Amino acid sequence: MIKYLKLDDSKCIGCMACVAACSKAYAKEDNPGKARIQVLRLGSGSFRLVACDQECRLCVAECPVEAISINRQGVVMVDQKRCVGCLACVAVCPSGSMRYYPLESTVFKCVACGICTKVCPSDALEIAEKEESKASRFPFEVLEALKAKGTQQ
Amino acid sequence: MNREYTLKDMKLLSEKAFDIKAIRHGYAMRTMHIDAGSLEVTEKAVSQEMKEKLTGGKGFGLRLLWNATKAETRWDDPENEIVIAMGPVCGNTNYPGSGKSLVVSLSPMTGIPIDSNVGGYFGPYLKFGGWDALELQGKANKDLIICIDNVLGKVCFYEAPDGIPRDTHILSDILTRAFAGNEEAPSADPDKLQAISVVSAGRGAEHSPMGVLNFSLYDRRRKGIRVKQAGRGGIGSVLRNKHILAVVCRYEGVKQNKNDAADPAAVQRLGLKLHREIIQNDDMQCKMRRQGTAHLMEVMNDYDLLPTKNHKFGQDPRGNEIASWVWEKLFSQNLPDGCWYGCTLACAHAVDGFELKTGPYKGQRVCVDGPEYESAAGLGSNLYVFDPEGILELNFYCDTYGIDTISFGTMCGFLMECRELGILDKARTDGIELEWGNWQAAAQILHDMADGKRFGVLAGKGVRFLAEYFAKEYGADPSLMKDIAMHGKGLEQSEYISKESLAQQGGYYLTNKGPQHDEAWLIFMDMVNNKIPSFEDKAEALHYFPMFRTWFGLQGLCKLPWNDIEPADNGKWPESNKVPDHVFNYIDLYKAVTGEKLDWDGLIRQSERVYNFQRLFNIRQGKGHRKDDYPPYRAMGPVLEDEYLAREERYDKQMLDKMGVDPKGKSVQEKIRITREYRFAQYELLVDAVFKRRGWSKNGTPTPEHLKEIGMDMPELLALVKLREQQ
Repeated sequence: MIKYLKLDDSKCIGCMACVAACSKAYAKEDNPGKARIQVLRLGSGSFRLVACDQECRLCVAECPVEAISINRQGVVMVDQKRCVGCLACVAVCPSGSMRYYPLESTVFKCVACGICTKVCPSDALEIAEKEESKASRFPFEVLEALKAKGTQQ
Repeated sequence: MNREYTLKDMKLLSEKAFDIKAIRHGYAMRTMHIDAGSLEVTEKAVSQEMKEKLTGGKGFGLRLLWNATKAETRWDDPENEIVIAMGPVCGNTNYPGSGKSLVVSLSPMTGIPIDSNVGGYFGPYLKFGGWDALELQGKANKDLIICIDNVLGKVCFYEAPDGIPRDTHILSDILTRAFAGNEEAPSADPDKLQAISVVSAGRGAEHSPMGVLNFSLYDRRRKGIRVKQAGRGGIGSVLRNKHILAVVCRYEGVKQNKNDAADPAAVQRLGLKLHREIIQNDDMQCKMRRQGTAHLMEVMNDYDLLPTKNHKFGQDPRGNEIASWVWEKLFSQNLPDGCWYGCTLACAHAVDGFELKTGPYKGQRVCVDGPEYESAAGLGSNLYVFDPEGILELNFYCDTYGIDTISFGTMCGFLMECRELGILDKARTDGIELEWGNWQAAAQILHDMADGKRFGVLAGKGVRFLAEYFAKEYGADPSLMKDIAMHGKGLEQSEYISKESLAQQGGYYLTNKGPQHDEAWLIFMDMVNNKIPSFEDKAEALHYFPMFRTWFGLQGLCKLPWNDIEPADNGKWPESNKVPDHVFNYIDLYKAVTGEKLDWDGLIRQSERVYNFQRLFNIRQGKGHRKDDYPPYRAMGPVLEDEYLAREERYDKQMLDKMGVDPKGKSVQEKIRITREYRFAQYELLVDAVFKRRGWSKNGTPTPEHLKEIGMDMPELLALVKLREQQ
């Protein structure tokens, strides 16, 4: 199972409470650039919520130092100590959920902690679970294939 | 399973502590000198003048080599050096292709300075201890292992244990685990293993002048060692001649901005911009992430540029048997195959679990790095080998024995053609049947090179030597030997057919170090798109591109992310083949790292200084004459009758259109002669135009006026110019 932050754009009213709560919790300041969730204003007056779906795991495969891994709840985690700040994961992220802040040396993302869900006034956010998919198995299948080929020293 | 070694197995001979120094804006402003004979370690300060005139990387390498050697120094003299230099931009983790080191030495192949650009972790790790370059000088009595520990701040010299395996794939694995571990046990901790990089050569480099240096990196996912090569010109042979078995560097704690950029946010922004471009465009452009440089195989075959049978032909119907899609299936996919952190172009592919069919490791399953395009063409089509497994076998053994795949491929092609011409037979090759396509025969030569016995020793001397030897000893026609021995200055040509592109003939042979494609690759611009028709156009290209591409080596950068990925709208720019958007990235990157000013002209000027310095270095070593800059005729046109006849229509048409001579009724021999005279005359005109554009005299000596203009009018250089022009 994969634990993730389920987003419902249709309920979002753009109040930014989630962004503020997230940023304060992790960066100790109210700065949308440092929040793990983003609220994008669309031209039509509606909003798009952006946070990691914990499923595609392209960043896990891309990281050159294996600083990105999956925890027991299926959440994609960044090991700040091992991260070399190359930003390859930021580039490969299809949803723009992997983020960095200028001059900070490591990246950050949503870890499905649920802090934002508690402050959302319109029930647009909830912590949910979903099944593993083919996409989520991808990086591990790569490693399995490698092992099967077997290189001996 | 090989025997494990620990630090306890290595006898510590000497130890010298040093202070770790922080990098400031890309520079440490000091270099390390190691004497392998006396086991002394010295720090040298980098002067502002050295920084301003020579920038870094290859510039620093050449300057240090110049100071350490004399005009009489030969490659195997103790005073010859191997200099590994990094450059200011090297080691940042944001901009793809930023992990390169430049290695220079007096080459065993050419006798003049060679420079080679190499990936792997060694360069950045060395730099992060506070070193802009490392000089290795002197000669040890017994095999030596040198460890530069940038964590503890010390250099340790060890006597290599008796019987330790010397082939790279085993040696670098043993040393990585040993130096990551402690006195009692080797390490298996990936974090510790990743902190080690080893520079070594291999047994082949002990017996042949075409030895490479292998720079290692620990691949966490494969749980094994990968190596990248400083391939050209025999620097690995210099290492083994010095009795240095390996140089190990240890560094822990790579982070973003260890380079201490003046504007780190700009470095992040520029890096991310290129990462995104690569992720979005690579699949539609060069497929570097899936195929690496092997994506070129079928393109070259289609355009009659893929060397086949010792560069005799450029195309073969069997070309598709070693096309990119064949390699893509063999390469392990979806791994971050960069040779330094943060390179999303990730072209350093590998074939995992490859079972060897010959040699000492027969039956073992190994990881084969690559093949790169040059290796696949040189070891493949050029030997008429179209069996991917044969190419992989040769590639693996070249790497582990420390032999340059390009020189080896070009040399073997020459041998096979000599056999076809009846100059070689089994008696002369110690029973090796060198018919086209016989990769097992090529593999046998390699094994003999590694063992230092039989025909391998002779073959390993390279085509310049062999051409003269076959003429003298076996009565081969000396002029034919000269025509088909594909080398310039003693260095074997790399793997593109240059016959139909005059500009590329210049790109190969009007180079400082010999025919290597890293200075200029102008075939498409010249031959296919006809964008540089006049001599002045070609001369401009043969000024601009060598200067521009030299710049990567000054900075510690890789050339590939410059034009093996392009912005989607690149075609809209004027002079799109310069990839202007990326040039501006590089200018911004340099400014962001160093905090210095730079514009496009300034970028070229930085290179011009080093390029002219290298030319003058050649001159100091008694070379660098105009006569040293000529190709063998095979690189310019058809040497043999069947070679002419294979493209008769093309050559006949050129004779009529360009030379105004009617080919009708003429014998093939006559037509070959006419074509040859015309092409040599064209080349002469090209040399005149290029030398003029580069600010050189007719003999290829930089003029005092030009040296003054580029700020390289130091008295010692002017004296050298004066001396040469008086000769």
